[in-house]
Amino acid sequence: MGMTSTEKILARAAGLDEVHAGQLIMAKLDLVLGNDITSPVAIGEFEKFGLDRVFDRDRIALVPDHFAPNKDIKAATQCKCVRTFARRMGITNYFEVGQMGVEHALLPEKGLVSAGDVVIGADSHTCTYGALGAFSTGVGSTDMAAGMATGKAWFKVPQAIRFNLSGTFRPFVGGKDLILHIIGMIGVDGALYKTMEFSGPGVASLSMDDRFTVCNMAIEAGGKNGIFPVDDATLEYLRQAGAKEPVIFESDPDASYEAVYDIDLSQIRSTVAFPHLPENTRTIDECGDVAVDQVVIGSCTNGRISDLRMAASVLKGRHVAEGMRCLIIPATQKIWRQAMDEGLFDIFMDAGCVISTPTCGPCLGGYMGILAEGERCVSTTNRNFVGRMGHVKSEVYLAGPAVAAASAVAGRIADPAKL
Amino acid sequence: MKVKGRVFRYYDNVDTDVIIPARYLNTSSAEELASHCMEDIDKDFVRKVRKGDIIVAGANFGCGSSREHAPLAIKTSGISCVIASTFARIFYRNSINIGLPILECPEASEKICAEDEVEVDFDTGEIRDLTQGLVFRAEPFPPFMQKIISCGGLINYLKEEEK
Repeated sequence: MGMTSTEKILARAAGLDEVHAGQLIMAKLDLVLGNDITSPVAIGEFEKFGLDRVFDRDRIALVPDHFAPNKDIKAATQCKCVRTFARRMGITNYFEVGQMGVEHALLPEKGLVSAGDVVIGADSHTCTYGALGAFSTGVGSTDMAAGMATGKAWFKVPQAIRFNLSGTFRPFVGGKDLILHIIGMIGVDGALYKTMEFSGPGVASLSMDDRFTVCNMAIEAGGKNGIFPVDDATLEYLRQAGAKEPVIFESDPDASYEAVYDIDLSQIRSTVAFPHLPENTRTIDECGDVAVDQVVIGSCTNGRISDLRMAASVLKGRHVAEGMRCLIIPATQKIWRQAMDEGLFDIFMDAGCVISTPTCGPCLGGYMGILAEGERCVSTTNRNFVGRMGHVKSEVYLAGPAVAAASAVAGRIADPAKL
Repeated sequence: MKVKGRVFRYYDNVDTDVIIPARYLNTSSAEELASHCMEDIDKDFVRKVRKGDIIVAGANFGCGSSREHAPLAIKTSGISCVIASTFARIFYRNSINIGLPILECPEASEKICAEDEVEVDFDTGEIRDLTQGLVFRAEPFPPFMQKIISCGGLINYLKEEEK
């Protein structure tokens, strides 16, 4: 029986010729990631091993990004715990404020993930790196601790669902609309424990940033990992980032899939997920009249340069609605500088937006844009659960950067094509 | 091992943001986390929960963030077991890794009501609803996971393996 690309990556990491869905394996890890929320718990667990060193100081990444720059004394204490541990263990890839960015935008940019890698991260959106043809998945702090100590993790080889893409996007439609459409179709547990494999002739038309966005939200359908095939765009991205030599795996034609969905990208409309689940999707024409208080454009889902360019293309020559708070959060320092150099900041500032340093901040209701009771936010982030961005009676509407920017201008959920 | 307790009943897609809101994640203290457990969907939970009580929920329990603070808060609040029809995968992994007993049992998830007195036998996977006089059987864990649980979590298991 043939194998999927995910099965091939896992087989190699487990030192086996072949693995198949359902099999329990112990796999070698290429990278172990943690942030300022999950690492302190992992460090506590790591101490229980009684080890004075990690398995490989070059293959651990510690990124204080959630409540950093420190939001309060407790957050500062957690960041200090991570910093102290990183220094004590000589962790190469510790990223202090000034170098740091939102972890899942930062790691690929720094060339820390390559095709064929196996990556775990104590953050659910670690599935982002599937865009590079890697197997990457979110775990908890104890798995991270075990990974830092042993360089290994156990996995149950996942079953797979394939999304066969054709066609190209319409204007103002992108990766976020595609993944929201899919989550709306299969539900928030539609890919529970499974691989979401994206393939087909439509892949070539997706930018790397779109692919990151799509894989990033695989977890929002319950998925274990999302994965794209490696093509010229992937190889060019890896080369520019200075990643190590890619190892390319392709799914066999007779690999087993639990389901196959055919998706014509030209049929995808701008899509919004209404409160309080990412599966509550509506196309832009079905949204009705929803007044909005705040817009957030950023995060590991949509804080990359092409997202900011898209937002700027909508905001150019326009101004946000009266009373609207529009927060732009470039995901990394590099993206920040690039946006500034390209003149996007002038567009944002002329439009009445505010530009923040990289942070996860508002996405998880940490700081830098918390919602009061009854307030509504259109956000390019990834979750709209009850209380996600602040008060339990606030509401988050998930959308791509074009809809978010258009909504900032209109003061209500708006179609960028009809502004 | 057996546990017995009163049931707190929740439904589908209980996410980790309501189990422990991110605004409290600026600490790793299990007791502090437990003092805010479930507060965004059930303000009374913390006041009412007693040692040994059981959570019964629907599908996809623990979806969302990878925060281990979620099973940790539940365990520290005194909950002895979570029964659901399905669990989100990271929550499932985290619970096993920290030693919070969880059972997948769609039938029990459907029939058990709030406030019922329920007894769970982890060795047999038997779930008894003493209030309604119903008996359910949950899927036992694969041997590999049973070993992690019997060692008291992943770290102890790996330390055993090293020996």
